[in-house]
Amino acid sequence: MSVVVEVMPKPEILDPQGQAVLRALHRLGFTEVTGVRQGKRFELDVDGDVDDAVLDRLEQAASTLLANPVIEEHVVHVGASVHDESA
Amino acid sequence: MRIGIVTFPGSLDDRDAARAVRYAGGEPVALWHGDDDVAGVDAVVLPGGFSYGDYLRCGAIARFAPVMRTVVDRAHAGMPVLGICNGFQILCEAHLLPGALIRNDCQTFVCRDQELTVEATGTAWTSSYQPGQRLVVPLKSGEGGYVADEATLDEIESAGRVVVRYTDVNPNGSARDIAGVSSADGRVVGLMPHPEHAIDPLTGPGADGLGFFTSVLTSVVAA
Amino acid sequence: MTTRRPPAEGVDTVSHAAQTPDAEQPWAELGLKQDEYARIREHLGRRPTSCELAMYSVMWSEHCSYKSSKVHLRQFGEKAPATDALLVGIGENAGVVDVGDGYAVTFKVESHNHPSYVEPYQGAATGVGGIVRDILAMGARPIGVMDPLRFGPLDAADTRRVMPGVVAGIGGYGNCLGLPTIGGEVVFDATYAGNPLVNALCVGVMRHDEIQSSAAVGAGNLVVLYGAKTGGDGIGGVSVLASETFTDAGPTKRPSVQVGDPFTEKLLIECTLELFGDDLVVAIQDLGGAGLSCSTSEMASAGTGGMHVELDRVPLRDSTLAPEEILMSESQERMMAIVEPAKIDDVMAVCAKWDVLATVLGQVTDTGRLVVTWHGDTVVDVPPRTVAHEGPVYQRPYHRPGWQDALQADEPTPQRLARPSTPDELRETVLRMAGSPNLAAKDWVTEQYDRFVLGNTILAQPEDAGVLRIDETTGLGVALSTDCNGRYAKLDPYEGARLALAESYRNVATVGAWPLAVTNCLNFGSPEDPEVMWQFAEATRGLADACLDLGVPVTGGNVSFYNQTGDTAILPTPVVGVLGVLDDVTRRTPQAFRTPGQVVYLLGETSDELGGSEWAHEVHGHLGGRPPLCDLRAERALAEILINASRDGLLDAAHDLSDGGLAQALVEACLRGGVGMRVWVPDGIDPFVFLFSESQARAVVAVPRSEEVRFTDMCTARRFPHARIGVLDHGEPATGPVIDVQDQFSVSLDDLRRARQSRLPEAMA
Repeated sequence: MSVVVEVMPKPEILDPQGQAVLRALHRLGFTEVTGVRQGKRFELDVDGDVDDAVLDRLEQAASTLLANPVIEEHVVHVGASVHDESA
Repeated sequence: MRIGIVTFPGSLDDRDAARAVRYAGGEPVALWHGDDDVAGVDAVVLPGGFSYGDYLRCGAIARFAPVMRTVVDRAHAGMPVLGICNGFQILCEAHLLPGALIRNDCQTFVCRDQELTVEATGTAWTSSYQPGQRLVVPLKSGEGGYVADEATLDEIESAGRVVVRYTDVNPNGSARDIAGVSSADGRVVGLMPHPEHAIDPLTGPGADGLGFFTSVLTSVVAA
Repeated sequence: MTTRRPPAEGVDTVSHAAQTPDAEQPWAELGLKQDEYARIREHLGRRPTSCELAMYSVMWSEHCSYKSSKVHLRQFGEKAPATDALLVGIGENAGVVDVGDGYAVTFKVESHNHPSYVEPYQGAATGVGGIVRDILAMGARPIGVMDPLRFGPLDAADTRRVMPGVVAGIGGYGNCLGLPTIGGEVVFDATYAGNPLVNALCVGVMRHDEIQSSAAVGAGNLVVLYGAKTGGDGIGGVSVLASETFTDAGPTKRPSVQVGDPFTEKLLIECTLELFGDDLVVAIQDLGGAGLSCSTSEMASAGTGGMHVELDRVPLRDSTLAPEEILMSESQERMMAIVEPAKIDDVMAVCAKWDVLATVLGQVTDTGRLVVTWHGDTVVDVPPRTVAHEGPVYQRPYHRPGWQDALQADEPTPQRLARPSTPDELRETVLRMAGSPNLAAKDWVTEQYDRFVLGNTILAQPEDAGVLRIDETTGLGVALSTDCNGRYAKLDPYEGARLALAESYRNVATVGAWPLAVTNCLNFGSPEDPEVMWQFAEATRGLADACLDLGVPVTGGNVSFYNQTGDTAILPTPVVGVLGVLDDVTRRTPQAFRTPGQVVYLLGETSDELGGSEWAHEVHGHLGGRPPLCDLRAERALAEILINASRDGLLDAAHDLSDGGLAQALVEACLRGGVGMRVWVPDGIDPFVFLFSESQARAVVAVPRSEEVRFTDMCTARRFPHARIGVLDHGEPATGPVIDVQDQFSVSLDDLRRARQSRLPEAMA
């Protein structure tokens, strides 16, 4: 298992990329999609077991480096890598 | 006056900033990102470019460079710091300036001769200008949209900390057309356009940008 | 989802190959002919190993060996004009020109056409990356780039896919490297629809004694690979080899598109220049097409002829790569250096400072053989010359197309193509032309490029040539232009190539620079089509002849074949780049008509020449007749006037005439300066012809009244045709500045600007 950090732009921040993706989805016929916001996902490989202490540490890493709290929100959780999930 | 210019991996306009300092009559000093010593300079410029390839977020990695620890300390003690483009992004990430820079609303890189109005002339980097003075300075960036929450924007405006504002066109969707801001004490300034490319009509739209560099020479003397 | 295949149980070693002479090999799938495969066996005295087969197949491909073009390209050397200016001629990574004061300038243009159709952003980005590394490998600091681009029709759906990606890719890569984009072209034509052309030019500067070599000399010297890790980029067809396995897993799918990282290349540039500056390398080569196969064989072949490489030392991004794939990988941002053992520690230190990965792969030997081992087994043992420099040379058959005569006979006479005759019709045509795709403003493209970085850009697009300052103290600088009119070349490939050189030469002279040297990117359809091959043969002959006539040598260039979809080849597109020098960049002549009251002169002769013109194309969709006459003596005379007038400060502005004729030139110069003009049509010439003919060897200049006599005296003394055709004018307050053609029509700059500026953004919205 990895630790996954997901970072998204804050709701009040303009997300032109998300808007461009939405327009493209509509052009392709996916008109049921009414909104898109684009963010980042970090997959961190960690030595040893991932307990609350580890997650707290990585929360610090997330808020210091991986996300910019001025413009982004984030969550940290245990999770499978996309590669493993999609295999 | 010795003005330090930091080179990070990926900095591009460091040499140009050095030239601007020379033209203004100062002595440029090359500073390396990996050294935490700023060689006793009187002021520091964080130049434009793509430090660390803009990986993660623009300036997000550069702000943790060893040299930045010293720059932040010295800035808190009043040393003038100018952040141009990527340098502005680094100053925001380092929390020496409020707000953040996001991708241009038009989604493309924009290079144009940009008209600006100087508003705050009490800063260390704009004392050579008159309030309301119009400048034409090249803008060349893909992530130049200035954002901050409403409270911060109101605070910046009311405290007279908007240093330069986009005039003829808002090229990137910056909030309130803000092109550059200062710290509360006016010693730290960040702006997206490139004054170092407007120092000579031979190579740019004019010499309107030179004032940033002449200003700091008098500011340092006065400090 | 890539299926990870386990490594093959047995590696095809040299000894195994010697013992299994009859093993089936996929030489045909790899693009080799039967006789070529036989020649390889002859060279080696046995069948090739699969690694050797991969090496030969890629190095003997059209792209790497120039097998269809070599016999024609020879002319550039054979007919080269004598000149002292060349420090390095054809044959190296790029040509090097002496520009004075101990400075040497190197420049070259290359293509990355097919990848840009497949993956526009990365195709274009890696095209820039590749040409920049070529310039770096000559020993120069890259100082600027230009991009001649050609796309299908502006309003075609696929253009909306390809163009934004290509432009974003060039900007994304070039801007991040810190190189100003100072010129280029954007041309739209139906024949480029499935075959966009993305040519990239790079120019670099160094001192004379800084020119680097690519020859691996000195037995015992170390072979160092530095830069990015090697992955599966660009392997393409070689996967056929990699899938030769004893297991039953299917063939590995490797991405055929290369992916670039400009940040890594920026570090590579700074690291390499520091290696040069500290005199730490004996020889250097960049890894481009055919990757390690190319750099090892070329460096060995150019040097003492022997090299020993341990392939398993190559740092990999993907540990499942087979040795064949490692040899073929086109992973970007990699260089190969030859280093004396005593200097290796210093080399490693410089690389570490810049965070650039560096690995010793092996050494130079005196065996005359390129030997590559894989975990101790020898997988390659070849004479490098046979791989790198003794590839096949084809004498492709060619013949003039049966339709050429009919095409040339279809002249755009007034009977054939209706011409505007009333003032209103002329006015409408001027506006229509100004807003047509090829003549409209290209700001949508060029504003995505940084033209300021490095602080030495004196002129950039849309000026006639890009001008870069080289020396801040003396003002020494260089000027560059790239040009080609593919329609002219279709009508007559020989003349078309001459006209391309003429235009590029003229553009350089227009800004006040002396043309010194030529590069070229020859974009054509399939060499297996004798009609296309005839176009190529004619174009190379035309370019070689023209270079001799104008006294400017070809220093190097690139050939791109197979630009065609099915039976439809692209317009023959021999892009020509000319480099010129300015002693003092402050004397350069800009394009903008900006000072009311100045007089405007038209230099050169105008006749009824609409064959291949932008007007015939835009208004009538017509391509026929002969292209405009190419008079190189007149071009030279015009150049001398423009350059001398520039030096003597006689001109406020100059703009040469090309696509769209005089109307376009006046529209561009007036809009650029924001000043209007009162124009009068000289006696005896039809207004339509005056405005839209594309006669060559012409320019318009704005002359301050104080200089008018000196200027006209200069033209008269040289017996060069010149006509006073107008005066620059503020215009009336009611209309603003206008272009007013006496007795004909008036069109405001506002209307012209609206027409010109909106075309591309509307198409891309």
